[in-house]
Amino acid sequence: MLVKKRTGIEIPSSEITPKHLYLSRRKFLKGAAVGAATLAGSAVLASCRPSAPGSEVETPPGEVGATTDELDDSLTEYRHVIGYNNFYEFALDKESVAAKAANFVTSPWQVTVGGLVNNPKTYDLDDLGKFDQEERIYRLRCVEGWSMVIPWIGFPLSALLADVEPRSNAKYVRFETLYDPEQMPGQRSRGYSWPYVEGLRLDEAVHDLTLLATGLYGEGLPPQNGAPVRLVVPWKYGFKNIKSIVKIDLVEEMPISLWMQASPREYGFYANVNPEVPHPRWSQATERRIGESARRDTPIFNGYADQVAALYEGMDLQVNF
Amino acid sequence: MVTRTRKLGRTAIPRLLGVATHVGALIPLASILWDYWFYQLGADPIRDVTLRTGKSALILLGLSLACTPLNILFGWKQLIPLRKVLGLYAFLYASLHALTFVWLDYGLDPGLIREAIFQKPYAIAGLATFLLLLPLAVTSNRWSRRRLGKRWNQLHKLAYVAAVLAGLHFLWLVKGAYSRPLVYGALLSVLLLIRVPPIREKIVYWRRQLTKRMLGRSTSDV
Repeated sequence: MLVKKRTGIEIPSSEITPKHLYLSRRKFLKGAAVGAATLAGSAVLASCRPSAPGSEVETPPGEVGATTDELDDSLTEYRHVIGYNNFYEFALDKESVAAKAANFVTSPWQVTVGGLVNNPKTYDLDDLGKFDQEERIYRLRCVEGWSMVIPWIGFPLSALLADVEPRSNAKYVRFETLYDPEQMPGQRSRGYSWPYVEGLRLDEAVHDLTLLATGLYGEGLPPQNGAPVRLVVPWKYGFKNIKSIVKIDLVEEMPISLWMQASPREYGFYANVNPEVPHPRWSQATERRIGESARRDTPIFNGYADQVAALYEGMDLQVNF
Repeated sequence: MVTRTRKLGRTAIPRLLGVATHVGALIPLASILWDYWFYQLGADPIRDVTLRTGKSALILLGLSLACTPLNILFGWKQLIPLRKVLGLYAFLYASLHALTFVWLDYGLDPGLIREAIFQKPYAIAGLATFLLLLPLAVTSNRWSRRRLGKRWNQLHKLAYVAAVLAGLHFLWLVKGAYSRPLVYGALLSVLLLIRVPPIREKIVYWRRQLTKRMLGRSTSDV
């Protein structure tokens, strides 16, 4: 009779872990340890990163009536509104405009309004302040494919135009920026036909959305944003919003803007925000809102189609871009 | 003693140059990471990274192509090994630049990428530059060089084409202010002119004459 003798330490072969398994288990443990260490390491690293600068960095100086526009889009942070500016008269680089414009003298200031009007007038800053000032929260879409939401302060251009009484033969409004190469070093470069000129058709100019802005975020305009008075036409690309205006003329012929002269193929007179009209460099179908990382679709007329589409009825917007 | 310091100098200078190249080429990347970490990338961080990686790629590509002309002009042979390192760093920044554009900026959106590649001249030139640099980077190792033999030299002449396309990419991108791309184009033209065989031979001949004359004078002075 075969009796299998059991010793105390005998282990059934079924319970012995095969070598390759226990080796892989070690590997797994090692891997897990490395993984945990990496996780812990990155957590430590992340905790070392300073917190993102919020609005406490640059507190808006004034009160703002709302924190979003009518589409529920949040206002662009104040520090970006005053720190990221296209103003070639001071610098080509958007981030250095604010420093270069810091000493720009905006008072005393005069805006001469004339041309085909019955009542030509020169306004100083106090005169402009007499128009009823209101806050308007507008989206600003730059032709370069970025955008902001800005709480402007100002008054409708129509109020000023009513004051000077355009004649019946006035068809367009022509705007001009200050020409002062001493203060605006960019005007010394011969690449552009200074001073900056922009224009609107009269019906666009008297549209209720068209604003002469004198401030933003509850205070007067900072120099880099076009102090002391600038145009804001929210359904057009940003470059239409001529800054630091000294001259407004009512004219019969379509004004040639600085950008039309620089590159007629790229910049038209109308410059309405239109995702259907491509630009040789920038996608106009989408835009990046400053402060966001993903792109968003650009709506026609920058989302103001209900108010302004009628102005262009029957016009081919591909031709009249 | 004299010979010893001279020997030291002979190996120390190329090594120093090599280290300086690595450090210098990594500074733009380090500063981007630094600025990311401390939220200093500006109002439009993606645009900032795009511009900075692109600028670095352009400069490094230009420097890589400047080594040979500088050797022709001044006989600085130590620069020759730097061509490869500088070229590879140019490719690194070009890759980061392209990735930033299609991934961070366009979110890999096929519609947007298609629009850029088929409609925007600057994007076409940029893509072409990248596609030309890719085989150069892949075959930059010694093994490929041996394998390809004579064809390696021909292949790596594409670097000139890439540099010209990169310049066009830059030119078509700027808004009105053409001075910087034109300066780049002018510098690149000078670098390419120096390589043209008859000009190259003339320069080398003049340089040899000049050093001979200077050596002759110094010995006669002694």
